[in-house]
Amino acid sequence: MTLRLSLSGIHKRYGDFEVLKGVSLQAHSGDVIVLIGSSGSGKSTLLRCCNLLEIPEEGEIQITGETVKLVKSLHGRKPGDARQLQRLRSKLGFVFQSFNLWAHMTVLENVIEAPVHVKGLPKREAIEKARDLLAKVGVVGKEDNYPSQLSGGQQQRVAIARALAMDPEAMLFDEPTSALDPELVGEVLKVIRDLAAEGRTMLMVTHEMNFAREVASEIVFLHQGVIEEQGAPEAVFNATRSERLKQFLARAAQK
Amino acid sequence: MNFDLIFRHAPDLLRGVWTTLWLTGSSLAVGLVLAVICAVILTERIPVLEWLVRGFVYVFRGTPLLVQLYLVYYGLSQFPEIRRSFLWPWLREPWFCALLVFALNTAAYTTEILRGAIANLRRGELEAAVAYGMSPFTRLRRIVLPAAFRQALPQYSNEVVFMLHGSAIASVITIQDILGVGRTINARYYVTYEGFVSAAVLYLAVTFVVVAIFRQLEKRLMRHLAPVAAPR
Repeated sequence: MTLRLSLSGIHKRYGDFEVLKGVSLQAHSGDVIVLIGSSGSGKSTLLRCCNLLEIPEEGEIQITGETVKLVKSLHGRKPGDARQLQRLRSKLGFVFQSFNLWAHMTVLENVIEAPVHVKGLPKREAIEKARDLLAKVGVVGKEDNYPSQLSGGQQQRVAIARALAMDPEAMLFDEPTSALDPELVGEVLKVIRDLAAEGRTMLMVTHEMNFAREVASEIVFLHQGVIEEQGAPEAVFNATRSERLKQFLARAAQK
Repeated sequence: MNFDLIFRHAPDLLRGVWTTLWLTGSSLAVGLVLAVICAVILTERIPVLEWLVRGFVYVFRGTPLLVQLYLVYYGLSQFPEIRRSFLWPWLREPWFCALLVFALNTAAYTTEILRGAIANLRRGELEAAVAYGMSPFTRLRRIVLPAAFRQALPQYSNEVVFMLHGSAIASVITIQDILGVGRTINARYYVTYEGFVSAAVLYLAVTFVVVAIFRQLEKRLMRHLAPVAAPR
């Protein structure tokens, strides 16, 4: 069980508003950690801190055991070593709520872009791998289409293939199904479920409670910037201790 | 209309077309390179340089092309230092002055077009590039500029046509471009239409070709915005 990702004592502020108030979290290989909480609880911000899309004012982040170098800047902190950060980011696959595929590139080009231009993989090899991954996420025969020509579910599955193409040490999912029409949610969840079954290390923010219960090895409930409850899904869902989590789950069940 | 006269000067007119084409073409090429650099400076907010670029864009968009050409062609030669400098062999040439002014002028307009296009890119696509470990330079080369160029293409094709027509101003500093040849015919024979109508027709023809080229380019590069089938 090697440590893939470790956050300790993370504080993040926007002006006077403190979104994260000292959060610590660890992901070992094979962990599927699902972050839940109401909007504004800081769960997306926490996920974005993992690969420094948001830079926390305080706290330490380790990616595959290596501490990300941060130095003081005018308004908090900034990366101390741009190359280190680029290298460490390339070890994490990030899947966005709004897919964020590169619109001017075809599906295939999207998937091979980072392997070729960040990792330096030969193009031929990258294409071969991309085809396998696209087959794996169930997007076949669309290699030369542009993202705008695909449904949301297909776009998100291509985005997952794009993340997988980097052979990530851990995958980060930021509400991967929230921007999808209800009938397209299932196809994306199925792909994520398969990845969990493969033993991939994952950190995910989601509102799909049934899905969380099913795939998570650990549930983390965030409330107002702190971890309010944390543990195995059975314990968290069936023997809820926190009053706030009870309320949250009751509200989620009504939807 | 004396067609005989026009046919007699057809070789001059064709040379004029060639002069207009290379003058406009080289100005656009130099201007585009400058504009990319300037637009990146503006977007990345590089201190000091940012203000220099802003000043440059403001001045060149704020004054008429003709005034800029006069200032460089007639103005610079007023300074003995310049006439003694290594630049003089170039700066005394009308073609060089025209090229310099046109390139700077189109650079200023194109900078604004590109800056706007870059500002309009989807934040999420840039974020994805960051998240996948791209360096700032790779991001620029692979994501930001290709996307911005596509977005800017319709506006830029307008700029190219403006520049083509604006290049007619070169004729006032003795350059024998399309209008220059027209003016010569006018001055030599005291006829108005033969020279100027020929010039107008030639500009029209070149514009037609330029517009057609850009239309093809847009079709090719903007494929990603045209859904082939209803998304499913």
